[in-house]
Amino acid sequence: MKKVLNIAPVSRIEGHAKIAIHLDDDGNVENTFLHIQSLRGFEKFIEGRPAEEVPRIVNRICGICPWMHHLASNKAVDGAFGVTPTPTGHKLREMCQVMAHINDKILHFFFLAAPDFVLGPDADYSVRNIMGMVKAAPELAKQVVKMRQLGQMMLDKFAGKAIHPVAGVVGGFAKPMAEEERKELLQGTQTLLDFGCYALDFAINNVFAKYMDIIGDLGAIKTGFLGMVDREDGSLRLYDGKLRLMKSDGSFVDFEGNEYIDYIGEHVEPWAYSKMVYAKSWNEGFDMALTEPKGIYRVNTLARINVCDKISTPKAQAALETFRNSFGRPAQQTLLYHYARLIELIYSCERTIELLEWEGITGQNVRAKVEPKAGRGVGVVEAPRGTLIHDYTTDENGCISGANLIVGTTHNIAPMNMSVKQAASTFIKDGVYSEGVLNQVEMAVRAYDP
Amino acid sequence: MGVTTALEWLGSCSGCEIAILNIGEDLVSLITETLNIVHAPILMDHKYFGQCGEGVTLEIPEAVVGIVTGGVNNREHLEVLQEMRKKCKVLLALGTCATHGGIPALMNGQDQLESWEGIFSTVSTDPGAEIPNVEVPPPLDRVYACDEKVKIDMQLPGCPPNPELIGEVIVALAEGRVPVLPGKSVCDTCPTKREGKGMVDKVKRFINNVEFKPGTPIDEMRCLLEQGYMCMGPVTVAGCAKRGGPSCISARVPCRGCFGPVRRDGNQLLDMMNGLVSNGLDFKSVVDRRSVLRFSGAHGRLRPVKKRVARGKVK
Ligand code: SF4
Ligand code: SF4
Ligand code: SF4
Ligand SMILES: [Fe+2]
Repeated sequence: MKKVLNIAPVSRIEGHAKIAIHLDDDGNVENTFLHIQSLRGFEKFIEGRPAEEVPRIVNRICGICPWMHHLASNKAVDGAFGVTPTPTGHKLREMCQVMAHINDKILHFFFLAAPDFVLGPDADYSVRNIMGMVKAAPELAKQVVKMRQLGQMMLDKFAGKAIHPVAGVVGGFAKPMAEEERKELLQGTQTLLDFGCYALDFAINNVFAKYMDIIGDLGAIKTGFLGMVDREDGSLRLYDGKLRLMKSDGSFVDFEGNEYIDYIGEHVEPWAYSKMVYAKSWNEGFDMALTEPKGIYRVNTLARINVCDKISTPKAQAALETFRNSFGRPAQQTLLYHYARLIELIYSCERTIELLEWEGITGQNVRAKVEPKAGRGVGVVEAPRGTLIHDYTTDENGCISGANLIVGTTHNIAPMNMSVKQAASTFIKDGVYSEGVLNQVEMAVRAYDP
Repeated sequence: MGVTTALEWLGSCSGCEIAILNIGEDLVSLITETLNIVHAPILMDHKYFGQCGEGVTLEIPEAVVGIVTGGVNNREHLEVLQEMRKKCKVLLALGTCATHGGIPALMNGQDQLESWEGIFSTVSTDPGAEIPNVEVPPPLDRVYACDEKVKIDMQLPGCPPNPELIGEVIVALAEGRVPVLPGKSVCDTCPTKREGKGMVDKVKRFINNVEFKPGTPIDEMRCLLEQGYMCMGPVTVAGCAKRGGPSCISARVPCRGCFGPVRRDGNQLLDMMNGLVSNGLDFKSVVDRRSVLRFSGAHGRLRPVKKRVARGKVK
């Protein structure tokens, strides 16, 4: 008998989704869908708003990565008004953005994903979560809660609000950093860097080694990758740089954020509110077929680790070398997103320290002169969940007259659908499935951290 | 064993959930001892349709305390909210989306169909795309606050709410007592200097940084409304103050009212226009008056601008 399994809600992810697995008469997978359930209309309701207000409206797109939207938006408004932020303003923004990556990675790896590995994919749902981790590994859990809190509170104290920030402003930043603030942030970030290094060791020894077989297999697909790299040396960048679109064979093209329309397009399926971004410039259309996908590339941690030539900070670079020796470039295994995430955790800490040690960081000139006017600006940053693009047009009053947003997760919607299908078809055979098996299908989604 | 608790997010951005995690040191004992969490999509894997997805009706386990975040934007949100009401003894609406619509209720100022069509025909979208309608929840006619749809026992606004107050409310609910919450305005928690009417008569857009001496505490900075900026402190309920001042003011940025009106059914737009006038500022100089309601557009406050119908067509 045909049947549909509705895994809803997909849990321990940041957004709203459900998985529908359609089984045929023999109980084998006919098709699968990752339905994206929410549509809120930000692109439309920011129309008419004064552009300088928009960075503190669009941060509400996501409370997990509000800094990313806040700053991509500020960059877009800079562009529309034709202002260049002062060097100090620019670096203060970057520092906040990179620091926000630190918390995000701790949250995702330890609070959302780790229970599958620490408690096991088949553990009962009532304990397969952070509460269960507190009981199973109390010291680790306490440390994790403390480190995430430290990162959040450092940002909150310096910038007023860690969630739904307001301190990034068109032209730069709202306030300079005092020397005492700098010292405190530096000390806190050192602690986070130590924790980051510990976290990677922990994961290599206790997670990746133990689950190597499922890492090679679960949700595995073959795609291209997109991510930001330094304009000069091709190293990993999160706040500013050029974009690099890589094919699965490793060849790539580089382009500037404001040329995105020539390289990527958005495909719409009737069963998901989220659009599916694909590589238009490959001129092969859009197809999620597992054997021969067309136009499909991925973003987020694994993509960035794959497209960059190197990492500019020493500890993260060493980790990248180890990673590449084991998995090559580009690495395709979906569960390696977690590994790549922890390499980025280390980069984010090291980069924050680098910025705090820059002599101009406590400079007083934090905001350039701004005049609202008509124009267009494209702001791009790397959000934890992928390349984030805000594209605004303003009218002569400096109010938004048109907006196009491409949110990190949307690039990964098609690949996630493919990984779900791959996992479900591998695990479900002749009508046999269990809670643990279905959780492994969800684990394929969780790796992408949507 | 702690008090059974179910968490749900409707049209939420997850910021309220992160604010819960930001409670800090007490978080571990809160989620493992004070509370016994039985359902919470962001943290645990309890499913609506049974753990193997074979059920047909959406079910959430019974709980003493229910916490919902986000406003009600579509039919699934409504179904989940109604199920939460049915299964939870006391229901807390957490965050300004849940209490007043929040930012997503800005959509209430737009024509919905036209907007959806616009979203699916942007420059980067493949031509010919249609609004998805298969197995995705259809939108309601507008964005609602939770109390417009079901009875809510307690409200804690904030975008996001202050973790300290979340802690207080949750513990109070678990202990069955009334929580202690601030009832005044953001200004009442703001230590900036007030010297009387300012020198400007027009509201300034926030395109230059406010005036302050770097490195000095905020009580040495002049009130931002008096500096001529639209600071919504007077018309916004207190709650965001941490470390001795309102959150945005401590970042030297004017308040935009994210905790919602001072009285629960107050109107931030009307109150703000009065407030500007009494500070000697011309309310007509506010560039975009509708966005004064950006956090409290539910309850019918924000509506689409009526289009002028061509003359001669209507009788
Ligand atoms: S109230 Fe704010 S933080 Fe909470 S869900 Fe709404 S937008 Fe997010
Ligand atoms: S108007 Fe703003 S700056 Fe002035 S007292 Fe109120 S909150 Fe503070
Ligand atoms: S100052 Fe106003 S906008 Fe800022 S957090 Fe407080 S209530 Fe919200
Ligand atoms: Fe996000």
